[in-house]
Amino acid sequence: MASSLDEAAVRHVARLARLRITDTEAVLFAAQLSKVLEYVEQLNELDTRDVPPTAHPLPVSNVFREDIVRPTWTPEQTLRHAPDCQDGYFRVPKVLDQESS
Amino acid sequence: MAPQNSVLAISTAVRKGDYSAEESVRKSMDQLESPQGSYQAFLHHDRERALTLARKIDQRRAQGETLGPLAGVPMAVKDNMCTSFGATTCGSRILESFHSFYDAHVIERLESAGAVVIGKTNLDEFAMGSSTENSAYFTTRNPWDPGRVAGGSSGGSCAAVAARIVPAALGSDTGGSIRQPASFCGVVGLKPSYGRVSRYGLVAFGSSLDQIGPIATDVRDAALILEVIAGHDARDSTSVDRPVPDYLARLDRPMKGVRIGISEEYFGDGLDREVRSAVQAAIDLMADGGAEVLSIHLPHMKYGIACYYLVATAEASSNLARFDGVRYGYRTPRPNDTLDLYESSRGEGFGPEVKRRIMLGTYALSSGYYDAYYLKALKVRTLIKNDFDKAFEKVDVIASPVAPTTAFRIGEKSSDPLAMYLSDIYTISANLAGVCAISIPCGFDAQGLPVGLQFMGPAFGEENLLAIAHQYQLSTDHHRLVPSLPAEA
Repeated sequence: MASSLDEAAVRHVARLARLRITDTEAVLFAAQLSKVLEYVEQLNELDTRDVPPTAHPLPVSNVFREDIVRPTWTPEQTLRHAPDCQDGYFRVPKVLDQESS
Repeated sequence: MAPQNSVLAISTAVRKGDYSAEESVRKSMDQLESPQGSYQAFLHHDRERALTLARKIDQRRAQGETLGPLAGVPMAVKDNMCTSFGATTCGSRILESFHSFYDAHVIERLESAGAVVIGKTNLDEFAMGSSTENSAYFTTRNPWDPGRVAGGSSGGSCAAVAARIVPAALGSDTGGSIRQPASFCGVVGLKPSYGRVSRYGLVAFGSSLDQIGPIATDVRDAALILEVIAGHDARDSTSVDRPVPDYLARLDRPMKGVRIGISEEYFGDGLDREVRSAVQAAIDLMADGGAEVLSIHLPHMKYGIACYYLVATAEASSNLARFDGVRYGYRTPRPNDTLDLYESSRGEGFGPEVKRRIMLGTYALSSGYYDAYYLKALKVRTLIKNDFDKAFEKVDVIASPVAPTTAFRIGEKSSDPLAMYLSDIYTISANLAGVCAISIPCGFDAQGLPVGLQFMGPAFGEENLLAIAHQYQLSTDHHRLVPSLPAEA
């Protein structure tokens, strides 16, 4: 495990998470997250080679229902919270010519 | 005459016609709206809606209808559960103007049982925190000492019950978020077994850990509310289809022969001396009442926090990806392009603790680190779960402190995330293992702050857990003490 994160690594992770962070936050988060990573290092004291992972406390896999048509949210309800919408669609800034910009 | 401020007393009186739902709701609202008695427990409320609903209940009674088990009971709900009335902010700027158009499963259940949801309570942003200091709006005060935190993340719900604004409330518990504030506020808080209560309409934080549960002044009321909200709901695929016992009817199981497990791992370094002695006194009292106290071992409990802060943050980073400024919530005013739209909306909308956790989780799941962090944590989770399975072969419940200390001062831990995380040490393992756990008041420290006692039981062992906690309350009065209102300013 790499038990510390420098500012560059923090910026990289922020980009992966689609989070804009300020310079001040990058410095602060690098120190705070490094401290947490150092703490979680202790998991390496345990030999877990033969231990299966538990992703979930219940032994459930897929839960199916009957494939029948039921009422659901209307387009109007779905779009009601949209910061911007038009003609029944969510509206976002232009996506297609981003490569050239 | 107003009945004693308990769920059972109010609903009984309302059903008999000795007390009106309107009077009951008005009394709660008046305190909520008073400057002295509210402790900044609520983010928002709707007086008119609540009174209208209450009057309808009174009309239905007048027309001879049979009312539900929570008839006329004013209740508070943590603001991370969707309501079709008012806002659902999750204590975050990113959802400041979000109004859900549907009710969470638990809201439907409460109100169809006759309860009146009077308002939505404060929490750490997206339930991430242990003090409500991470709320984007304000910090809830502890009714026992307004200079101290109420705990978190369900601090608003617990403070509202402690101050008797409402006789009961709902919270959510991902790593201790019902139990720790219940302990700090001197009230009862139950985290049901994973799968017992539907999470439909609960804004997701850690999907394999989150559970909704009741907060009340005594175990009886908590049992009654659990009975109303538990049970299968097809809209949550992790909701378990298993009968809901009549918890209330089965509370009167004698203490004699009950096997209580004590694990030294819960009484080690870092545990406050006064908390230790209050918890020890509670265990001694139960032994005097005929319980058998047995020593057990949970050797991996000490890895709980490290495991949790990888699992919970990984799940959070994935769950909170939905807040993208496109479909709902805050959007940055003038985005340059779509990437900027995502990054700026999230960067401006989320507070620092939420950002830290999203980043930690993203890192733990990222290529090259997945095996070392996330997968490792999932394997340790198995070891923690196995410890509980083994312990519950030997004992009915495990007794421990809820938190290492009583309520800390506002600001005391807010600059050190790791120190804040460590305050969850005794509660976190129950979520990782999916077992049920309850926090009940067991005394006070020298400063007059409440101390909490935790019982943990096996998955779907709520019946026994509640009965044992109830038996403890029958022989003690800690849960009956109410904080005094601050003097008029």
